[in-house]
Amino acid sequence: MIPSNSDVSRQFRRKLKSDLMIGMTAFATMLALAPLFLVLGYLVSKGASSLNLDFFIRTPKPVGEQGGGMANAIVGTFELVGIACLVGIPIGIGAGLYLAEHPLSTLGRAIRFAADITMGVPSIVIGIFAYAVVVRPMHGFSALAGSFALAVIMIPLVTRTTEEMVKLVPRELREAALALGVPRWRTSLSVVVRTAMAGIATGVILAIARITGETAPLLFTAFGNQFWSISVTHPIAALTVQVYAFAISPFADWQRQAWAGALVLTCIVLTLEIGVRWMTSGSARVPR
Amino acid sequence: MADLFEAAAGTAALERREARRKLGFRMRGFGDRFFGVLTLGLGLLILSILCGLALALILGSAASIQKFGLRFIISTDWDPANDVYGALPFIYGTVVSSLIALLIAAPLSVGTALYLSETAPEWLSRRVGFMVELLAAIPSVVYGLWGIFVLGPWLRDYVEPVLGEGLGFLPLFTGPRISVSMLCAGVLLAIMVLPYIASVCTDVFRAVPRTQREAALALGATRWEMVQIAVLPYGRSGIIGAIILGLGRALGETIAVAMVIGNRPEISASLFAPSATLASVIANEFAEATSSLYLSSLMELGLVLLAVGLLLNVAARVLVLNAKRGEGEAR
Repeated sequence: MIPSNSDVSRQFRRKLKSDLMIGMTAFATMLALAPLFLVLGYLVSKGASSLNLDFFIRTPKPVGEQGGGMANAIVGTFELVGIACLVGIPIGIGAGLYLAEHPLSTLGRAIRFAADITMGVPSIVIGIFAYAVVVRPMHGFSALAGSFALAVIMIPLVTRTTEEMVKLVPRELREAALALGVPRWRTSLSVVVRTAMAGIATGVILAIARITGETAPLLFTAFGNQFWSISVTHPIAALTVQVYAFAISPFADWQRQAWAGALVLTCIVLTLEIGVRWMTSGSARVPR
Repeated sequence: MADLFEAAAGTAALERREARRKLGFRMRGFGDRFFGVLTLGLGLLILSILCGLALALILGSAASIQKFGLRFIISTDWDPANDVYGALPFIYGTVVSSLIALLIAAPLSVGTALYLSETAPEWLSRRVGFMVELLAAIPSVVYGLWGIFVLGPWLRDYVEPVLGEGLGFLPLFTGPRISVSMLCAGVLLAIMVLPYIASVCTDVFRAVPRTQREAALALGATRWEMVQIAVLPYGRSGIIGAIILGLGRALGETIAVAMVIGNRPEISASLFAPSATLASVIANEFAEATSSLYLSSLMELGLVLLAVGLLLNVAARVLVLNAKRGEGEAR
């Protein structure tokens, strides 16, 4: 049968519509990605010109004086994140092991649910929690309170990755170790966790990247500090909080430094993110 | 005699060995039990964090709940000077800014997800997917900084005049144009939640069985018709879940919004006017709250945020999990 004219044109219209809509999805993707390049572009162009040695070795100058840097904030961020890791990583991995070993028990389900829900809690609310639990009893803002808030954000992330990664370890491996007479706990730590290590490390590093960029939960826990301080019981500066404070200030020199701080912050976070993905793409990721 | 002695010594050695083994077993039992209790304790710690979180907020906001009761939610008065607090302006600001964000981000995310799962060749899809993830990795304070100095002025100078002229008959697009506004917060939020919605949608679309797609193509559908017939209906609950997940993100996003929304606790019909959200007011005023009632009211705002966030998260997770397991209706 020879297709009639209207059939052909209908076919053509359908094809055209299909191509158009497929083209629209590509266009949507370009629109979605545009901000990435715009943000990074502005960051580099405005931030790089404001970066200098002083930025890394000096503390902020009082209003009206030019210069100064964010050395205390950089150190503060490392301290806050470091303490959060010290607490958060072991707790997260331990809880993840529990979930992987009791995947279907009622308690296991409840804990998994709690971890998922905690991940969705707005970070500012976690800041209020840290204020109520740490700042109030200690009668003041402190680095400890900030680290506590960051650890609370970090723990469920590490827990869930650990669980997923440990589940990927082949049963046979665990059984082989147990058959050789290795105690369960040693099997868990030196066979299972070790096999899943690359995956767990990926999750941990992504969690670190995430908490390094957090501002909201630090505002009324770590509070920020214009001066040099590394004491855990006193307010401490953080890169994010400093960028926030300088960005909303009316002083051009502070705004300039906010761009520099944002550039450094973004470099740290993106290095962690990209580094991890680059290292694990292809081989190191645990699924085997 | 010597034999007897040797035998005795042998027995003693055997007994010693036996005892050692028993001790080993007991030690092993101890190690396992210790390890089991330890991981159980750490698991329980996560449960207690969530309970403690809820408890701390409820206790903290008790004074405000007692004083204002339900009036807190429906009152528009936020007046720290007279110690009177009402949450409505912030609830309004949170809802409207999140809606703007979803209105922009949802179609773009679904489009991006379709591109990643259906259209793009494998090598390109991987790279673009990676860039979408980077969008989620940029810290929110950096978005806020960019919003203050780039996005806000750009919207004020180029977008708001166009909206004002074309749609100025709507009260939404009237009034003086300044760089901090509800609109700016909404657009910035859209950029920030897009990667979350897009990546969940991509997973959902990828979970659509091959056979569904092939069946549509075999019946002579074009590629877009295949998307319409096989992919979108199958992923419907997943898409809704992803959008709800994005809504949860938008509601709770704090610092970027606090930087661009202008922080004025007023309900204004115009999107060009400054506003404030639950999260932004907590960020701005918590550290400076002078009276205990003030602090308690701010905590109650946090409690509202937590409650809404929990609800949305549970709903979204159920929807997305169902879609990924392939339990979504395929009609």
